[in-house]
Amino acid sequence: MAITSKAEQFNYTVVRQFAIMAVIWGIVGLLVGVVISLQLLWPVFNFDLPWLTYGRLRPLHTNAIIFAFGGCALFATSYYIVQRTCQTRLFCDKLASFTFWGWQLVILLAALSLIFGITSGKEYAELEWPIDILIAVVWVAYALVYFGTIVKRRTPHIYVANWFFGAMILAIALLHIVNSLAMPVTLFKSYSAYAGVQDAMVQWWYGHNAVGFFLTAGFLGMMYYFVPKQAGRPIYSYRLSIVHFWSLIFLYMWAGPHHLLYTALPDWAQTLGMLFSVILLVPSWGGMINGIMTLSGAWHKLRSDPILKFMIVALSFYGMSTFEGPALSIKTINALSHYTDWTIGHVHSGALGWVGFITMGSLYYLIPRLYGRTEMWSVKLVNTHFWVATIGIVLYVAALWIAGVMQGLMWRSVNVDGSLTYTFVESVKASYPFYVIRLVGGLLYFLGMLLMFYNMLKTIGQGKSVDVAVPTATAPANA
Amino acid sequence: MMSDFTSNFWNLYIAIATVVALVFTAWILLAAGKDKGKASDTTHVWDGDLTELNHPLPNWWRWLFWVLLIFSAGYLIYYPGLGSFKGIGNWSSTGQFDKEMAALEAQTRPMYERFMAMGVEELAANRQAMGTAERIFQNTCARCHGSDARGFIGFPNLRSGAWNWGGDPADIEQSIAEGRTGIMLPMGDALGGEPGIKAVVAYMRSLSGLDHEEGLMTQGEALFEENCVACHGMDAKGMKDIGAPDLTDNVWVEGGTERAMMKIVEFGHNSDLADGDFAMPPHKGVLSKGQMYLLTAYVWGLTSK
Repeated sequence: MAITSKAEQFNYTVVRQFAIMAVIWGIVGLLVGVVISLQLLWPVFNFDLPWLTYGRLRPLHTNAIIFAFGGCALFATSYYIVQRTCQTRLFCDKLASFTFWGWQLVILLAALSLIFGITSGKEYAELEWPIDILIAVVWVAYALVYFGTIVKRRTPHIYVANWFFGAMILAIALLHIVNSLAMPVTLFKSYSAYAGVQDAMVQWWYGHNAVGFFLTAGFLGMMYYFVPKQAGRPIYSYRLSIVHFWSLIFLYMWAGPHHLLYTALPDWAQTLGMLFSVILLVPSWGGMINGIMTLSGAWHKLRSDPILKFMIVALSFYGMSTFEGPALSIKTINALSHYTDWTIGHVHSGALGWVGFITMGSLYYLIPRLYGRTEMWSVKLVNTHFWVATIGIVLYVAALWIAGVMQGLMWRSVNVDGSLTYTFVESVKASYPFYVIRLVGGLLYFLGMLLMFYNMLKTIGQGKSVDVAVPTATAPANA
Repeated sequence: MMSDFTSNFWNLYIAIATVVALVFTAWILLAAGKDKGKASDTTHVWDGDLTELNHPLPNWWRWLFWVLLIFSAGYLIYYPGLGSFKGIGNWSSTGQFDKEMAALEAQTRPMYERFMAMGVEELAANRQAMGTAERIFQNTCARCHGSDARGFIGFPNLRSGAWNWGGDPADIEQSIAEGRTGIMLPMGDALGGEPGIKAVVAYMRSLSGLDHEEGLMTQGEALFEENCVACHGMDAKGMKDIGAPDLTDNVWVEGGTERAMMKIVEFGHNSDLADGDFAMPPHKGVLSKGQMYLLTAYVWGLTSK
C-alpha cells in the first residue's frame, strides 16, 4: 500500500534539495565574483596566497555560477516542471537522488581542484578528466530520469518547456564529452585530444553552446513554465515556440567561432560563426516575444507582484543580450570589442539579468510550493531583492560598457606617425573608476542574493516539506 | 586524431551542413508563417491551468528573419564561408590586414624616409623623431625595460651606461633587430661549492668597490683567474661579442646583493627563451626598419646625447 501511495505523489524531495543548493551556490559564486572584482582594484586582496589569486578564483567564479548555481536551478526546475506537466512522478527515485549527490560532489571537487591550481585550461571546461567523467555519468543519469519521466507521462502532448530542457540535456552531453576528450597523464593532468586551432575551434564550439543550450535553452524552459503560471495567462503562441525552438537549435551550433574572429581560425569558419550568430537574433527574440506577450493582459500585476517583475526584467535582459551578442559577432564591431571589458559586460547582462533573474523569479514561485505555501515568507523582501539587484545589474553592465568601448578605442587609436597613441597600461588606468562602479554593482547583486537566502530560510521555517499527490482528474490514463 | 580542416571531407560536410541549416530554418519559417489566421486556442492543457494560444508569427519578426536569411545567403556568396569556396569578393582576413598595413606604411613612408636619411646623432636630437620613438618604446620595450627605461632585476637598465653587447648605434640596432641570447655557465661545482662561490663573489664585489671580506677576496681572485676570465677577461671588463658583462662598473642586471650574485655564479643564467628564461627577443618582422632605426637613436640617446 505504501508503495502505491508513494507512486501517486510527485517527487519533491530532489526538487527541494536542488532548489536550496541553487541559492547557496549562488551566494558562493557571487561572493567569489565580488572578491575577484575587488582584486582587480586592489590586488592585495589575494593576500599573497596562491589559492586566492585571481587566476584560480576566476574559473571558480564562472564554474560556481554556471554549473553550481545555474546547474542546481536547472535540475530543480526541470524536475519540478517535467513532473507537473507530465502528471507523473519522476522516473526512478534512486537515480534522481544520485544526480543530486553526484552533482554536489562534482561541485565540491571542482571548487577544490580549481583552488589548488588543477586545471585543463579550457574556459568553462577547466575541470580535469576524473571530474569530467563524473560529470558525464551524472548527466547521463539526469537524461535517464528526465526522458524516463517524459516517456511515462500521462499527458498527450509534451509541454514546450520540456522541449527546451530536453534539447539542453542532449546537447550538453554531446558538447561536454566531445570537448573534454583528453589523454590523461596523471590523475590531475591530461592533454586535450585536439591541438592548435582545432582545439580552439572545438573549445568555442563547446563554449558558446554552453551559453546556447545550458544558459539559454535550459532557462527558456524555466521561463515557459513559470511565466505563464505566475501571470495566470496562456502561452502567447504555440507556433512561435515551434519556430524559435527549432531555429535556435539549428543556428546555435555554428555560433562558436565568433569567439575567434580575427585569429588563426580559417576565414570560412569565422564567416559562419558571424552569420549564424547574427541570424540568432531572430529566434532569440522569438523566445522573448513569447514570454513578454504571455504577460499581456496581466500587465497590472507587475505593479504588485515582484516575481513577475523579476521575470519581465529577465526577459528584457534576454532580449537585450541577444541583440548585443549578434552585434558583437559582426566582424567590424568585434574588431573594437574583442578582448575588452565590453565582452565581460555582455556576459553579465546575460548572466545577471537573464539567467539570474529568471532563476530568482522561478525559485520565488517554486520554493513556497515545495513547503506547502503559496507565497514566500516576505513578499516585501522579494520586492527589495528585485530593486537592489536591478540597480546592481545596471551599474555593473553600464560600467563595463563604457570601460569596454573606451579600452577598444584606446587600443586602436593610432597617431599620424603610425605609433599607438596609448600604452596598454594607460587603458588599465583609465578603466579603474569603472571597476569601482562594477564592484558596487556586484556587491548590490550579492546583497540581493543574501536577502533571498534569508527569505528562503524563513519560508522553510514556517512551512513544512510536502509531497503533493499527482492529480488524477486531469490525467486520463490513456489520452 | 582529427583530420585537418583542409581535407576535402570536412569541406563538403561543412558546406552541406551550413546550407541544410539555413534551408531548414527558411522552411520552418515558411511553414509556420503560412497560417495568418486569428489566434486560436490549441486546447492543450497541462498541470491544471497551463494553456497555449496560437497567435500567428508577428509580421515584423517574420520579415526580420527573412532579411537576415537573405543577407546570410548573399554574404556566403561574397565572402569565404561555404567550405573552400573563396567567395566572389576575394576577401580574406590576411588580405584585409595587409591592405591596412600597406596603407599605414604608405602614410608614414615619407616621414621614415626623412628620418632614415639622418645620422643617429642628428636623429637623437630631432624632437619629432624622438616623440615617435618614445611612443614605440612605450608600447614595445617598456614592458621589460620599464616606462622610464631603467629596467628591472633581469632586465637591463638602458640608462646605466653599461652595455653588455656594446653601446654603439650599430650594436644597439643589432640587439633590437636580432635579439640577444647570453649564457652564463653554472659555476657552482667548478668553484667547489659555497666557499668558492662566496670567495668569487667577494672578489667581484671588490672590483666594483662594494663591501666584502679581504681574506675571501684574495681567495676569490685566484678562483676568478682560473674559472671566469675566459669570458669576463683578465681585467674583468667583460667581452661584448658574447655579451659577458663588465664586472667592474657596479651595474648588476641580475641584482647587486651578495645573495643575487651568489645565485647567478652558482646556477648560471641562460637567456635562451626555449629554457623559459628571459631573453631579448628579435624585433625584425615585428617592427619596421625605420621604427628600429628610430628606437636605436632613442636608446642610444638615453645615455649618449
